[in-house]
Amino acid sequence: MASVKPELNQAPKYNQQPNPRSEGKKKAITKGIKQWGEVFPFIIIGLIGAVVFVIYPLIKGVIMSFQDYSIIPGAESPFVGLENYKEAFRDEQFKYAVRNTLLNTVVTVPINWFLGLVFAVLINMHFIKYKIAFRTLYYLPIITSWIVVAFLFRFLFADGESGLINFLLHTKLGLIDEPISWLQNQWTAMLVIWTFHIWKTVGWTVVIYLAALQGIPKELYEAASIDGANGLRLFRNVTIPLLGPVTIFVLINLVIGAFNIFPQVYFITNGGPIGQTEVLQSMIYKEAFNNFNFGYSSALGVMMGLTIFFVTWTQQKKIGNQRYF
Amino acid sequence: MYTTKTSLFWKFVVYAVLILGVAVFIIPFIYMLLTTFVDNAYTLPRPSEVFSVTPNLDNYETVWNRNNFFRYFLNSLLIAGVSMVGSLFLGALTAYAFARFQFPFKEFLFRMFLFTMMIPVVLAIVPQFTVISNLGLVNTYAGLWLLYIGGGVVGSTFFLRGFFETIPKELEDSIRIDGGGNWRIFWNIYLPLSKPALGTMAIFSFSGTWDEYFVALTIIKDEALRTLPIALMMFQGQHASNWAWIFAASIIALLPVVLIYIIFQKHFVKSGLSEGSMKG
Repeated sequence: MASVKPELNQAPKYNQQPNPRSEGKKKAITKGIKQWGEVFPFIIIGLIGAVVFVIYPLIKGVIMSFQDYSIIPGAESPFVGLENYKEAFRDEQFKYAVRNTLLNTVVTVPINWFLGLVFAVLINMHFIKYKIAFRTLYYLPIITSWIVVAFLFRFLFADGESGLINFLLHTKLGLIDEPISWLQNQWTAMLVIWTFHIWKTVGWTVVIYLAALQGIPKELYEAASIDGANGLRLFRNVTIPLLGPVTIFVLINLVIGAFNIFPQVYFITNGGPIGQTEVLQSMIYKEAFNNFNFGYSSALGVMMGLTIFFVTWTQQKKIGNQRYF
Repeated sequence: MYTTKTSLFWKFVVYAVLILGVAVFIIPFIYMLLTTFVDNAYTLPRPSEVFSVTPNLDNYETVWNRNNFFRYFLNSLLIAGVSMVGSLFLGALTAYAFARFQFPFKEFLFRMFLFTMMIPVVLAIVPQFTVISNLGLVNTYAGLWLLYIGGGVVGSTFFLRGFFETIPKELEDSIRIDGGGNWRIFWNIYLPLSKPALGTMAIFSFSGTWDEYFVALTIIKDEALRTLPIALMMFQGQHASNWAWIFAASIIALLPVVLIYIIFQKHFVKSGLSEGSMKG
């Protein structure tokens, strides 16, 4: 922001005799200033907001990751080089967090994608009535509160026979020999977290695919069916190729979403039992606000941000300039 | 004309799968609702008890009058309401700037916006807190509004820009002929034509701030200023085993968002919704 304001205040100096070579450059600058003058009232508040509350904090976060940061005003925050980063690789907890974050991505993204696509295709079938009602209901978990749904899952997966899931699996169906203490064991707790994640977010995939499917021109199907294609062949030769770009968009967002898993864990297990279900974001949050290790927390955040950035950046080119917004 | 004939059997299968899907999403909510009707649920109610309740509002009354719940509800309504209106307006304004104007460094700025969206939010919480603290706005709603609106502008700009760019420029001519300027074009053309996108954003914005826990927890210290999510967590901590109360409180907390969703649902566009899935 600071770089823009002075430019605007300086009136262009017309009285000087310009030499012909810099004439074009000067014109471009004058034009640029004029353009900024026009857009200024519309963009300025948003720009200040983004710079002060998003961009500056992120830069500051990166700087903090190299410091032994103290939040007390006036206290010193000495630079410690890469110490915070090295610390991470000695930390048992960090290994769990990385493992669980990656596992969550590997497990939930394919399932989420597959279910989302299948439900969208089914809802979009020509004979289905109440398409909007289906869409609304599938999307409902997305708009409900993370905290409330987390309570709900803890309740459904409660220990003993009184938990609804245990009741169904054990008492009703007899699929398991005894009630499971879902949240007391590492892997069953992870299972609950994954289920929670998929249940809460799959509606998004459905809605995106549904929109994409409805955007495919009917004429394409007509043309293909005149050529003798039907049912499955129409789906394979018309629908699938046209969904390509949306699929990349969906996958990128699912990966980012799975990587950013946080309330799912924080509100369900809070990392337990003994930190075995911890993920990166919950660890970052707790290091900062429970343990006051701001520098260390920031270093973890930077590493995570770089990873997400890398994944997105390499995939972004495939989407090109197409936007689904 | 193409018609694919589908036998009755397959229609049945497809409907069955879709309804099964709906059941998986809806049954937990129904079970939650039934639990709120259980009397004296000091221990985990058995499923048989839950399925045999008679609907009553006793637990809702208890919760509503307990622990200042009503107060927290109003607090959250105020915070989410102002944030929603602010975010919509600021997002639309900034998106308009990016969609309709040419100016130096435009794409650079936009790319920077995009870049920040990929970075985990938690990294920014501590510095955001120091900014608010330096402005002397800790423990005020103004601080919270600034963070929600200012921090959300990147996402809403990104979301609305694409939509604004689909509006044909020719529509502006009538305003120009009348001698109207950029503001009138924004107000009379872009805003009314973007109702679906703005409606979608309203849902995200409201449900996002209504449910926001971590930032509110760092900024708000006073008990009287607390928001509903914080109150819910505290309430759950105090009455850990009284699920009937916890869910009565939860359902009260869910109502406004579900209402907003139903109201704006008509305007729900295809839209990227990246906000919805990622940040909840």
